[in-house]
Amino acid sequence: MIEIDAITKRYDGITVVDNVSMVIEPRTVTVVVGTSGSGKTTLIRMINRLVEATEGAIRLDGEDNRSIPGYELRRRIGYAIQGHGLFPHRTVAQNIATVPGLLGWTKARTEAKVEELLTLFQLEPKTFGPRYPHELSGGQQQRVGVARALAAEPNVLLMDEPFGALDPIIRAKAQEDLLAIQKYFATTIVLVTHDMNEAFHLADKIAVMDKGRVVQYGPPAELVRAPATPFVETLIGDAERPFRLLSIAKTGAAAEPGEAEGEPIREDRSQQEALADLIWSGRDALPVISRNGAPMGRVTLDAILKRAARPR
Amino acid sequence: MRVQFDKLGIVIALLAAYGALWASFATLKPNRIVQGQAEAMLQSLPAWAGWGLIGVLVLATAAALFRTSPWIKLVAAVAALAALTLSIGYAATFLTPAGNSYARVSPASGFWILLFAFALLAADAITRLDPPPGMRVLFLVLAAAAIGALLMSGSWNGLSIMKEYSGRADVFWVEAGKHVELALGSLFAAVLAGLPLGILCHRVAPLRDGVLNTLNLVQTIPSIALFGLLIAPLGWIAANVPGAAAIGIRGIGGAPAFVALFLYSLLPVVANTVVGLAGVPRAANDAARGIGMTGRQRLFKIEFPLALPVILTAIRIVLVQNIGMATIAALIGGGGFGVFVFQGIGQTAMDLVLLGAVPTVALAFASAVILDALIEMNSRVPNGARSA
Repeated sequence: MIEIDAITKRYDGITVVDNVSMVIEPRTVTVVVGTSGSGKTTLIRMINRLVEATEGAIRLDGEDNRSIPGYELRRRIGYAIQGHGLFPHRTVAQNIATVPGLLGWTKARTEAKVEELLTLFQLEPKTFGPRYPHELSGGQQQRVGVARALAAEPNVLLMDEPFGALDPIIRAKAQEDLLAIQKYFATTIVLVTHDMNEAFHLADKIAVMDKGRVVQYGPPAELVRAPATPFVETLIGDAERPFRLLSIAKTGAAAEPGEAEGEPIREDRSQQEALADLIWSGRDALPVISRNGAPMGRVTLDAILKRAARPR
Repeated sequence: MRVQFDKLGIVIALLAAYGALWASFATLKPNRIVQGQAEAMLQSLPAWAGWGLIGVLVLATAAALFRTSPWIKLVAAVAALAALTLSIGYAATFLTPAGNSYARVSPASGFWILLFAFALLAADAITRLDPPPGMRVLFLVLAAAAIGALLMSGSWNGLSIMKEYSGRADVFWVEAGKHVELALGSLFAAVLAGLPLGILCHRVAPLRDGVLNTLNLVQTIPSIALFGLLIAPLGWIAANVPGAAAIGIRGIGGAPAFVALFLYSLLPVVANTVVGLAGVPRAANDAARGIGMTGRQRLFKIEFPLALPVILTAIRIVLVQNIGMATIAALIGGGGFGVFVFQGIGQTAMDLVLLGAVPTVALAFASAVILDALIEMNSRVPNGARSA
C-alpha cells in the first residue's frame, strides 16, 4: 500500500505538486493522467525520491520512504521510463542484472532471474541475453526496460510513460503483456500517461491531475459517470463517454440466455468490441462463449446500448 | 574481362616511376657535413641487385595499379619496402670507397619517394582489409620486429644515419628515455588532473566556460614562448621552495618542458571529458538513478564507460601531440630526440637531424595505431555504429 499524505513540491516558489493525498491499494494498477506540466511525473518521482518532497510524507506499507537512503529505497522499487533508458554499453542480460548486482545477489540467483524474466517477456534468453540494446527493436527494448525494473522482485513498479515511444500495434501488445505480468507478480503499478485510452485500458483506478492537484481519483467508470470537474469531462471527451463505459466492461456482464447466429465473441472481450462486432456484421445479437469455448448465451445490441447510456 | 585500374594505384605508380627513374637513390658525401654526389638507382648498386630491386618494384607497382585483392597489394607493398630498405643498406657498402672512414652515404630523394609510395600502398591495403583492432596492433608489432631485425643485422651499418647513431649509442637511448618520459609523464599528469577537472566542469555548469576558455588561451601560446614564460616562475620556486630543487625543479631543463606539455595536454583531456559525459544518454542516466545507483556507481558504471571512447580520443591527440612537441624541449635543456635535431641543424649534418626526427615520427605513429585500436575496442557498443 502506498499512502501519499498531503505531499507538495515547490521549485523556486512555483508549486508543481500541490497538497496531494491519495492511497494506492496493493496489487492494483493506478494510472495518473493529466496534461503535460500537470505534475504527474513529479508526483511519481517523489514516491521513489528521485524528487524530494517539499512538504508532506509518503509511506510504503506504513513505512516513511525517507527512513532509508534514497538509493536503497529505489533498489526496492521498480522504475521504467519512456525510451527505456537501457545502458547501451551493457548486454540485455547485464542490463536486467543491474539491480540484483547492486543488491549483491549470487551469480546463480541473478542468472536464474534474468532467464525467468526474458522468458516471461518472450525473449529467448540464449538469443537475446548476449545482445546489446541497439540490436533490438523498439518493442523489445521496452520489454527489457520493464524486465530490468522487475529484476529484484519489487512490490511496487513506477512507470513514466513507458509506452510513449512505441507504435500503436506494439503499444497494444505491450499493454496486454503488462497486465499479464502484473497478475503474475502481483505488483502494485503506478503508471503515468497522457493517453486516456491507455489509462482506461490498464487502470483499476485513475488519478486525474490538473495544475499540480489531483482533481479526481477513482475507478474509470466513476470518472465517466460523475466527472468531478469540467477538466475531467474534457479529458474523457464528450463524444467518447459511451464508448469509454463500454471499453471497461466485459461482454460476459451483458450476456443473457438465448441463441444467436454467426461468429461468437469471448466473454472477456470488452463490450466496446462486442458493439463493434454487432455493427460491423449487421446482427442484433452475438453468441457469447467462455474463455474455453463453452456457450454462455448471447449479447444483444439493445443490452449493449442500454449499458452505454448515461447512468442514472 | 576488362582490366580495371585502381585510382590510388595510378598515383602510387607515378610516384614510384618518378622515384625510381628520375630521382636519385643514394647520396655519397666525402664527409658528414658537405654536399654530396647523388647517384641513380643502378649506379648505387651492383648490377644484379639494381635490376633485382627494379624487378621487385615493377611487380609491386603492377599490384598497386590494377584492382586486385588487398592481400596481394599488402604482400607486394611489404616486398617492395623490404627490397628498398635492404638495398639502401647494400648501396651504402657498395658506394663507400674501401678503407674511407669519412665518406658518408645517405638515402636520397628517390629512396624517400619510393618508401612513401609503397608505405601508402601498404596503408591503403590495410585500410581495405579493415582488420580488427587486435590485428592492427599485431601488424604494428610485426613491422617493429622487422625494423628491429634489420637494424640488429647490421645491414644498415654503412648508412650515414647509423654511423651518427653508433657514435652516440648510449646518449641516444638516454635521450629516447627522456623523450618518452616527457611525453608520457606529462600525458599521465594531464589525465590525472584533467579527468576530475572535466567531471567537475560537467557537474558544475558555471565553471565550464571559464575553465575551458582559460585552457584554450594556454593552447594558443606558442610552445617556445611558453617554455620561456615558465623559466621565471619555476626558477623562483626552485630558489624559494625548500626541497623543490632537490626533486629536479629548475627554471630550465626537464621541469618547464614537463609543465608546458602538461598545460597543452589539459585542454583536450578536459574538453573531451566534458563532451563525453554530456553525450551520455539522458534516459540511461535517469534510469541509473531510478533503479538505485549511487552517484559514484553512476559515474563509474554508466557515465565513465560511455564517455571513454571520447576521452581516449583526447588521449590519442595528446600523446601524438606531446611526442612531437617534446622535441622542442631540447631547446631549454629538457633532453629528448630534439637534442639530435638541434645539434644536427647546428652542424648542418642532416643525418643527425634524421636520427632525432625518424624515431620521433615512428614513436608518434606507433602510439596513434595503438590508441586507435584501443578506442575502437571500447566504442563498439553505442549507437549501433558497428555491426558484429
